[in-house]
Amino acid sequence: MATLDNRLACKPADFKSDVNPIWCPGCGDYHVLLSFTRAFAQLGLPPERIAVISGIGCSSRIPAYTNCYGFHGVHGRSLALAAGLKVTRPDLTVVVASGDGDGYSIGGNHFLHACRRNIDMTYVVMDNRIYGMTKGQPSPTTEPEFDTALSPGGTGVSPFHPLVIALASGANFVARCFSGEINETTTTLVEAIRHPGFSFVEILSPCVTFRPDEREWKSLVHPAPVAATSDPAKAARRIMTDDGFNIGILYRGNRKPYQPPVGPASVDICDLEKDFEL
Amino acid sequence: MGDSQSISVAFVGSGGAGALTTGNFLLEAASLAGWHGLLTRTVGAQIRGGEAASLVRLARHPVECLPDRFDILIGIDWLNAQRFGAEIEVGPDSLVISDPKGGEPPPVVAAAGARVVEVPLKDMAKAIPEGRPNMIALGIAARLLGLDAAAVSTLIEKRLADKGATAVEASRKGIEAGYKVAEGIAFGRALGSPAASAARRWLVSGNEAAALGAIRGGIRFAAAYPITPATEVLEWLAPNLARMGGVLLQAEDELAAINMIIGASFGGTPSLTATSGPGLSLMIEALGLATAAEIPIVIVDVMRAGPSTGIPTKSEQGDLNIAVYGCHGDAPHLVVAPQSVGDCLFTTQWATYLAETLQAPAIVLSDQFVGQARSAIERPADVAFIGQRAKLTEMATEVATAYKRYATAGGTVSPMAIPGTRGGQYTADGLTHTERGTPTSGAGDHTKQLDKRRDKLAAFNYGDHWATIEGDGDLTVLTWGSLTGTAREAIARARADGIACTLFAPRLLAPVQPEKFAAALAGKTRVLVVEQSHGAQFYRYLRAHYDLPKDARVLSRPGPLPIRPSEIHDAITQWRP
Repeated sequence: MATLDNRLACKPADFKSDVNPIWCPGCGDYHVLLSFTRAFAQLGLPPERIAVISGIGCSSRIPAYTNCYGFHGVHGRSLALAAGLKVTRPDLTVVVASGDGDGYSIGGNHFLHACRRNIDMTYVVMDNRIYGMTKGQPSPTTEPEFDTALSPGGTGVSPFHPLVIALASGANFVARCFSGEINETTTTLVEAIRHPGFSFVEILSPCVTFRPDEREWKSLVHPAPVAATSDPAKAARRIMTDDGFNIGILYRGNRKPYQPPVGPASVDICDLEKDFEL
Repeated sequence: MGDSQSISVAFVGSGGAGALTTGNFLLEAASLAGWHGLLTRTVGAQIRGGEAASLVRLARHPVECLPDRFDILIGIDWLNAQRFGAEIEVGPDSLVISDPKGGEPPPVVAAAGARVVEVPLKDMAKAIPEGRPNMIALGIAARLLGLDAAAVSTLIEKRLADKGATAVEASRKGIEAGYKVAEGIAFGRALGSPAASAARRWLVSGNEAAALGAIRGGIRFAAAYPITPATEVLEWLAPNLARMGGVLLQAEDELAAINMIIGASFGGTPSLTATSGPGLSLMIEALGLATAAEIPIVIVDVMRAGPSTGIPTKSEQGDLNIAVYGCHGDAPHLVVAPQSVGDCLFTTQWATYLAETLQAPAIVLSDQFVGQARSAIERPADVAFIGQRAKLTEMATEVATAYKRYATAGGTVSPMAIPGTRGGQYTADGLTHTERGTPTSGAGDHTKQLDKRRDKLAAFNYGDHWATIEGDGDLTVLTWGSLTGTAREAIARARADGIACTLFAPRLLAPVQPEKFAAALAGKTRVLVVEQSHGAQFYRYLRAHYDLPKDARVLSRPGPLPIRPSEIHDAITQWRP
């Protein structure tokens, strides 16, 4: 973990860059950005010790809006990129930002393996149940009857359940947030980042442009009626049967994070040749 | 045989019969005795029950290619040998050892008029408790070559020690029986005493050499997804990176593998992955990302026959086009090709150095032939190519906004801030960006950054390592990669015939080097391009970027049939100016 230097603790504004977001007015992601900067300030980390990694999509624009180190990579591969970074730089705090298309569709396989691998990082998926950047196509969390140009009359295909998949795959921390509830989201992000291993935070983040109906989420969300459990089976049952708007930390596991040792060499480089010598 | 300086032995058997092990033992025993040698393998895709052969060529001098024909062909059994009969050429002078209970030798043997000697390998093995026919085959070959029986037995005892005393004893007896039966077989050739040398020698495969070269160049992270014939690079790195304080992470697919190394390199750790054609195809999108975001990475592509799944176990030089041109957009990066087993070390180390220095991806185009070949070589010299990335040093917080990660002024490579460096925060991006890294869709920034990425590679001085240029004859054999050794041998034979040729093999395939290339061909009137691809990819690549003499010929064919030195020699001698 980074040691705090002698500077004054950073304020949320210190984590905000001067790049103007391209998001539509009213986009839930603005609130997520606000929660990010507040959470980073609460954690007391200097911005250069944090890396925000993302793929492609509206949500994935977030790294450049922070004043941390960032990587805006290719579509769907942010978790893999972050894994390479974290195992070689365990001293950094790694936060991965994604959306329902980037994270659950093109990046679906990496999601399973990131949960399974349980590297100490926090995965934040801003779920708006639509591809926003490409103007409104259905994602893996879009309702089957939702009508789009690409799926006239709806896809007819059931959405999948990312939180349950995360549990089944071995995620060590699972939470659901609503972007509009900035205080709760901030607190959850702080806990997720502090929790060892792979923490998964799904943030319901409305797309007011292509899913104006999601403005209603504000009145639908409610705190989870029970406290977080460390029993994945119990957590999965709850999540499978809730209304999808339970907000809060739903699961806290205690699997050991994966972190192979890195550091100085235990042998001289010449010793490696011994394998080959005749 | 067309070559009195070397003796070649092929062991053939169905998968599991021990053909590969036998070849490896023979190579190691001969290498320990002081000879030079090369072993290549040709196998089917099955793990068990397919066809397998090991091809061993031994000589008093360094060996870099397969022979025209095999002097000795030993069939442990012939069950599937017809599948690759064409790859193991024999002639009227060849000696074929055949077990009457192992099936019929493939038709090529009779067609060539080779002398067949029947030896009941299976029955002889049965007479020994736990005996195996391949050990008898090893004894026969060792005896015919004139290897010391005690030395061979000592080696086998060492190599089989973990299999238990019974196995060791069975092998020793098998080898003994092989020696005995070989006494009655006439074979009029001998290697002669090995040349005395004080040089330290290695027995190494190209894949292992590439892995060591990577570590020597500074690689401390690798992401791995298994694929034939590249897996040995990763398997060698797994324990050895750990010993060096580094990490190997197994990825869920090649898409993850390349993104993992991009992430690790972004964090400041020189990083590599190894793959083959299908994996490289999957990595191409992120290769463009590493180019655009200027993240150094190394990809070792051990080429196999393509397209698609192709022939996973056999060699071809068909990935040149995708390695050079695979990316969408204009994405200049480095492509280098090792020229021998030993050169896999240098070239991978050099690639790491170039990638780190130039903040660009580097592809090492190895192939199955050189990657999976084992060779007794002199220890490659230590070279000073160690990755030194230009890094941003700590900045005062107040000037943080002044840092331009992708600055285009004041030199072509801009210092890279490593996470943790105060004041260096930036977002690496695959989107077209400004000098600060901020996404933009402006024409000016787009051209500026495209120019930057092209110019930093073009302006760099790659030194003499960019190509192998030997001799000064007018007829220039222009080749690349693992065919360099084959061309070198053909040229040596032509010289013995009184024909002077030049060997010209670029190690640096991209970026192109127009001035150096023109200088290498200055005054030459005839060029013979030699490559192993169906579409003459190398020839077309050269034509696209360089001026070739009017009189240019092409010797190109796809894998898996190796191009023999005699074919190049014939093309040289039959070309009258």
